[in-house]
Amino acid sequence: MSMKYIGLSEINGPLVVLDKVSGVSFDEIAKIRLDDGSERLARVVELAGDKAVLQVFEGTKGLSLKNTQTQFRGRPMELALSTEMLGRVFSGSGKPIDGLGDIFPQKYADINGKPLNPVHRTYPRNYINTGISSIDALVTLIRGQKLPIFSGSGLSHNKLAVQIVRQAKIAKDNGQEFAVVFGAMGVQNDVAEFFRRSFEETGVLQKVVMFLNLSNDPIIERILTPRCALTAAEYLAFEHNMHILVILTDMTSYAEALREFSSSKGEIPGRKGYPGYLYSDLASLYERAGIIEGSQGSVTQIPILTMPNDDITHPVPDLTGYITEGQIVLDRGLDQMGVYPPVSVLPSLSRLMKDGIGEGFTRKDHSAVSNQLFASYAKVQDARALASVIGEEELSAQDKTYIRFGKLFEENFLTQSFSEDRTIDETLDLGWLLLSTLPKSELDRVSKGDIELYYDDKKAALRFDL
Amino acid sequence: MNKIYSINGPVVKVRDTKDFQMLEMVYVGNRRLIGEVIGVTSEYTTIQVYEGTSGLNVGEPVETTGAPMSATLGPGIISNMFDGIERPLKVLGEKTGAFIEDGTEVTAIDTQKEYDVTLTVKVGDVLHAGEVYATCPETALIEHRCMLSPFVKQGIVTYVAGNGKYKVNDVVVKLDCDGEETELTLCQTWPIRTARPIAKRLPPDRPLITGQRIIDTIVPVAKGGAAAIPGGFGTGKTMTQHQLAKWCDADIIVYIGCGERGNEMTQVLKEFSELIDPKTNRPLTDRTVLIANTSNMPVAAREASIYTGITLAEYYRDMGYHIAIMADSTSRWAEALREISGRLEEMPAEEGFPAYLPSRLSEFYERAGYVNTLSGKEGSVTIIGAVSPQGSDFSEPVTQNTKRFVRTFWALDKSLAYARHYPAINWTMSYSEYSDDLSDYYNRNVAPDFMQLRQQISSLLHEEANLMEIVKLMGADVLPDDQKILIETARVVRVGFLQQNAYHADDTYVPLKKQYLMMKAILLLHSKAKEAIARKVPMSSIIGTGWFEKLIKVKYDIPNNKPQMFDEYEAQMTSDFAALVSAV
Repeated sequence: MSMKYIGLSEINGPLVVLDKVSGVSFDEIAKIRLDDGSERLARVVELAGDKAVLQVFEGTKGLSLKNTQTQFRGRPMELALSTEMLGRVFSGSGKPIDGLGDIFPQKYADINGKPLNPVHRTYPRNYINTGISSIDALVTLIRGQKLPIFSGSGLSHNKLAVQIVRQAKIAKDNGQEFAVVFGAMGVQNDVAEFFRRSFEETGVLQKVVMFLNLSNDPIIERILTPRCALTAAEYLAFEHNMHILVILTDMTSYAEALREFSSSKGEIPGRKGYPGYLYSDLASLYERAGIIEGSQGSVTQIPILTMPNDDITHPVPDLTGYITEGQIVLDRGLDQMGVYPPVSVLPSLSRLMKDGIGEGFTRKDHSAVSNQLFASYAKVQDARALASVIGEEELSAQDKTYIRFGKLFEENFLTQSFSEDRTIDETLDLGWLLLSTLPKSELDRVSKGDIELYYDDKKAALRFDL
Repeated sequence: MNKIYSINGPVVKVRDTKDFQMLEMVYVGNRRLIGEVIGVTSEYTTIQVYEGTSGLNVGEPVETTGAPMSATLGPGIISNMFDGIERPLKVLGEKTGAFIEDGTEVTAIDTQKEYDVTLTVKVGDVLHAGEVYATCPETALIEHRCMLSPFVKQGIVTYVAGNGKYKVNDVVVKLDCDGEETELTLCQTWPIRTARPIAKRLPPDRPLITGQRIIDTIVPVAKGGAAAIPGGFGTGKTMTQHQLAKWCDADIIVYIGCGERGNEMTQVLKEFSELIDPKTNRPLTDRTVLIANTSNMPVAAREASIYTGITLAEYYRDMGYHIAIMADSTSRWAEALREISGRLEEMPAEEGFPAYLPSRLSEFYERAGYVNTLSGKEGSVTIIGAVSPQGSDFSEPVTQNTKRFVRTFWALDKSLAYARHYPAINWTMSYSEYSDDLSDYYNRNVAPDFMQLRQQISSLLHEEANLMEIVKLMGADVLPDDQKILIETARVVRVGFLQQNAYHADDTYVPLKKQYLMMKAILLLHSKAKEAIARKVPMSSIIGTGWFEKLIKVKYDIPNNKPQMFDEYEAQMTSDFAALVSAV
């Protein structure tokens, strides 16, 4: 594969077309060398006869029809992998950018990955204690799960992600190693720096692999970033038996890069101009989480996405929600009221929690308490809606207790400080204390036995000054 | 030799050839990836490839097979897990490890396993299409019946092997069909896009009993019917489908995970092998076939997975079994259609979906039915399709078109799911057109006034919905007492009856008889309470009897096997209210 093709026949956005090529395969990587000696990577995205369409990751700025030499590599995009990657910083396409030189690869792997055979998966059941009440009690994170944070611009999703990384006791048993793979797509330099600094302060920096595609980096490179990150994660998890937490931010920028690429390729757009294959494409990333039978490691994903205009029905959060195993939704209203973390409880969900909580995992009453908190908090919303029409004074006594419960719940249960690390017992006891501010007859999701054991309205009155 | 001319994702074109038939299966490239011809013009033949095309070269060969995409049908299907084009995932895993490689050729069913075969014909018999010539136990629950393929009209039996152990490709019967000899083995093939023929359709007048109260009582589906479950993410589509797959009274479940999560399929596999069917004392996997095309598997195979699933179901229906298909989710299938259509540069209709979306959906749902098979047996295929509307908006094309072709509609409601009211089936938006067809069955087999009580429960809920409009604006305090009672009773219906706990040993499956008795008890309470109000008993003492709370918990307090306890409850309730009235 040493043949070099001089020049191009067409340039269109991030795409270039080469004529009279032969022996080129679909999805193969090519190196484009410019006259000034600089090199760019490109990928074959379409082949027709002797014509090849290539997508240039670093952008086509400065390319002309005759100042290039293109060389095909005969392989799809591969990432050099090694355990040395821990503690290093890479560009969105996997080149080291921390000035410490190339890594010595132990193997190369196709960044697109391969679908994991469901027969060979192990169903995730071990919960990760994040020390955050709203997550542990209501949207429990399970090792091997993909649980995104749906946020909006200006909300504290980054802070929350850092707190999860710091407090997650992901490797507490078996003495296994734990590491973080961080993929940044189109985020500002400040944000990437915030994560780096926080990892440093937490003392995990040597356990972090960073892939950075910042907002001023080439847009098409963004399509590679999460794939590189996940390839590194799979390598560390399944070949070196580590527990890996992957943080991908911001998936909305990733989807926008995909849209830009799709439209320059002239594809028929689906909803809001995003390509029709957005679902399959996102799935090819999110599905790369889990546990393989026989391997000690795991890949847990926390993708972060900002909902444009806080709209959860926007295609990116919508399709993400259909693929991931639940979601943690942040709410601007709560944020403005000073609630941190501003987790909007009702739309948040963890699909895997039902099998990872309860006796032997967390506590026997966990499932009942969380159901009851959800159900009671849902009634708070009804009472508030009514109060906004007829005024709080006019509410029935029962509705008033719900309004009170809602306020206490938000102030005491949801709110916790950035450094506060609650045990699961503390969290569940706090849940019971809050439920104890409601009359017993209102608790229809918990068993009589649990009520007798945990319901304590006197203690609640004392604690909350009722 | 035909060669690849162009490659665009899963779509490959071959130029200037007349060798290909429409919808024929082909092998693409040196790695022999499986593909299907989806367009033929004089200039180009268009092929969709069911595996990843990464690394494919222009100029690699494309091989014809002359046959359409077909499923292999024979013993060994049940309790297996296949990908979208009927490749057993377990065998794939043995060949390529935990990750699926492209171009791996495996046989659909185990050709080496031996079955205890009993021949049911003798030399000289005339065998017609669809008639059984041999049987063998496939699992502990399912007897496999080998039938003459509908492609062969009839023939005279000229050779019969003796009863004994045979592999699926062993010849057990030979037929003389108008002078031509046909050899019959234990298996046959059938093109997945063609419905298998039947003798006659029968009216759908038996319910698919699921043990889920809101489904069985309020919005039932008939055996041989078609139902859709639309709902945004997190509303419990998959959960509902799992419940149905576990508990419904079909003989065989075909569970199609179409573009869904890998962990979910693993969960089904694990849970179903651990769950013991109470009726047969065997694990549920003994009656289940799984088809898994997870969301990161090739998109073209996703499109095929639905057809593969229904073809397997029809095959077992022809043996005289009742099959329920869970298709989760048909939206992913529709999106696969859209994706392929986009690659073909077809003119899009609504939201980028191809114009033929409605006709494909109707073709699929029409393959449901309660039928007389060619051999005169009764069998049925019930389709339960999950729909994942984009943006939770039920006006999007897949939901709207699906609505036209199904007769039961279980609308999942986000606000119910947020309040953790499961199953989150919204009772005002859901409907069942089968309820009239099924009323006879319920009245005859459960209780003569079953349908009447059901109607009363529905009206109660309807009236509550109207009253809630007022309550939302002015609070519940402004209502007169009789309407307050109605709201209280409706709450009992919602929380005590419609809400069902899938994790509770008794509540996860409730027999029809108990469903009926629960309805009856709730309606008795309502009439007693109304009567008391009319006799000027104050609201607070009616609530104070505790009966409303008691009936909410009745689903847990009265075990499924002790329906006689309802008599005690009713007697106690009657005397409590009599005491109330006399006290005034």
